[in-house]
Amino acid sequence: MENKNLKIQDLQVSISGKKILKGVSLSVKKGEVHAIMGPNGSGKSTLSYALMGHPSYKIENGSLTLNSEDINSLSPDERAKRGLFLAFQYPVTIPGVTVMNFLRNIYNKKIALTNGGKPVSIFQFNTLLKERMGLLKMEDAVAKRYVNEGFSGGEKKRLEILQLEILNPDIAVLDEPDSGLDIDALKIVSEGVNRAIEKGVGVIMITHYARILNYVKPNFVHVFIDGKVVKSGGPELAKELEEKGYDWLKG
Amino acid sequence: MTKGIAGIGEDYKYGFKTPEKYVFKSKKGLSKEVVEEISHLKGEPDWMRKFRLKSLEIFLKKPMPWWGGDLSDVNFDDIYYFIRPSDKQGRTWDEVPKEIRNTFDKLGIPEAERKFLAGVGAQYESEAVYHNLKEEWKKKGVIFLDTDTALKEYPDIFKEHFSTVVPPADNKFAALNSAVWSGGSFIYVPEGVHIEIPLQAYFRINAQNMGQFERSLIIAEPGSFVHYVEGCTAPIYSTNSLHTAVVEIIIKKGARLRYTTIQNWSKNVYNLVTKRAVAYEDATMEWVDGNLGSKVTMKYPAVFMHGKGAKADILSLTIAGKGQNQDVGGKVIHMAPHTSSNIVSKSISQNGGRSSYRGLVKVLKGAHGVKSNVKCDAMILDDKSRSDTYPYMDIDEKRVSIGHEATVSRVTDEQLFYLMNRGLSESEAAAMVVSGFIEPIVKELPMEYAVEMNRLIQLQMEGAVG
Repeated sequence: MENKNLKIQDLQVSISGKKILKGVSLSVKKGEVHAIMGPNGSGKSTLSYALMGHPSYKIENGSLTLNSEDINSLSPDERAKRGLFLAFQYPVTIPGVTVMNFLRNIYNKKIALTNGGKPVSIFQFNTLLKERMGLLKMEDAVAKRYVNEGFSGGEKKRLEILQLEILNPDIAVLDEPDSGLDIDALKIVSEGVNRAIEKGVGVIMITHYARILNYVKPNFVHVFIDGKVVKSGGPELAKELEEKGYDWLKG
Repeated sequence: MTKGIAGIGEDYKYGFKTPEKYVFKSKKGLSKEVVEEISHLKGEPDWMRKFRLKSLEIFLKKPMPWWGGDLSDVNFDDIYYFIRPSDKQGRTWDEVPKEIRNTFDKLGIPEAERKFLAGVGAQYESEAVYHNLKEEWKKKGVIFLDTDTALKEYPDIFKEHFSTVVPPADNKFAALNSAVWSGGSFIYVPEGVHIEIPLQAYFRINAQNMGQFERSLIIAEPGSFVHYVEGCTAPIYSTNSLHTAVVEIIIKKGARLRYTTIQNWSKNVYNLVTKRAVAYEDATMEWVDGNLGSKVTMKYPAVFMHGKGAKADILSLTIAGKGQNQDVGGKVIHMAPHTSSNIVSKSISQNGGRSSYRGLVKVLKGAHGVKSNVKCDAMILDDKSRSDTYPYMDIDEKRVSIGHEATVSRVTDEQLFYLMNRGLSESEAAAMVVSGFIEPIVKELPMEYAVEMNRLIQLQMEGAVG
């Protein structure tokens, strides 16, 4: 099996001239789970947007390598095609586009990338979709609603995880997939993430709280403060943070 | 991240020309002689000849509209007012002159007729070259003819309704049409007859400096239903053409009529059209008005609700691109109690195009229990483009419920980023957002047109990204 991974080296990123990321290095292999924890405003979401190539985020220094290819200058869709995925903290609304049509569209784009991949029919896709939505305890009616329009916080998060499972990327950045979820929804979302991990997805999980890490077990935990990783460790670090907070790590 | 959006509708595939082999072509310009000539060539009754001449006088007296699109470039002396394309109208496509038939083949009309239409009329320049209604509908008493033929074959029913909805003095262009009208559709649906699949007419301009003035008259008897679809295209010329139609619709008690237009004239056509329906008790009129082409369009489909419980639905979809001004909307006149209206307008302006929603909601005194709702959504795709809303209201009754809502939206960078993140290219992402924006109206189109509309947007977005 190929050795698929994402390597972030000394990544420095600014937005409108203001430096947010001040040298981040991280290496994530397929199937690994890296939790990134940190207080508000530490630059965690900036990291996720920069990884995905948002045009407002300027890379000042450092490199991004996905499966041995430099992806620094690639557009978001080219990064997606190469196996990178971001589950948004705040997914956007696409009025007038049904979940069903949207998902079939992106699924067929993904399939077209693989050798001899033929687009699936509406019927085939709907069968697959119904099954996957069932696993995330999403009601069938959601498929006919417009993407994220009028969705509750929990519905939005599930739709992000549904896309993760359907697209099955090499590396997924999950930006606070747990925020705003009650305990039942948290379990359902976590099960979805775990299914993806079992299929070999490498995960960067950005979160405030250790709560989700009870359900999705990280291999590594990184503490993120003021645009940098200030401490890395194993799962036990999450427990320590839960008890002590972040203040003892602030410089 | 907006370069991918430019160019919806910029790639016009209907602009081909066909050599002219006409039976008759009037000389350029408008005069009493030209009007007399048209009437004479058609062998019309005297009342129609007089009607035309009176209308010409009204036209000459009325000033040009001071509002709406810029019409200063319209030169009435530089237009051909009547072209007879063929001396015989076909009942089968084989009877249509070969070159004209090829044109309609290219436009996919015979194919659409076989697949999903109850009847088809095809007008080329001033007159219909083909008209056919499937036998099962003829047997039920449905009449579907070009308007010239209807005047000859059904003079009484024609005269009873003609010009009762849009009188010549209504506006300058209604007067012009009344003077030189030629062709158009005449539809009569007997009481209780439901025509389940659409009737379609296709209007093609081919000659340069052409003026097309079709006149349609539709009568839906009580409890009937019909869906009429019209499409139109023209070749691209450097000089202007003029399309000035009048459509009159009468919907009797409990009947329902849907009128769908896919206007896709080339960008040298001035499209100045008067469309109006009268709806009696519990009748329903639905205008689905799609405007993609033309240089300037001024068109405000109207419904006069005469009878209590009448309903009006106006769905307007507009795309204004480079060099285009789409001044469109709708008018609803509530003349009776418990009438209701719903206007939904969606416009896309891009590449310097300008679109306007211009609408009127009027409630007469005594029309209590009226409900009216107007929703205008504009999508502006770049800084060069413009969209305006002119919602007029004239309410003379207190016990009414009136709503108006207007929004302006853009394809946001965040939407593009989100969709690109899922593997869509920038143009695919933009096309998806635009398709979603117009979806509430596209879903009302017959499936074949909805598919075409989405394909058009998809294709042209792709073409726009180099």
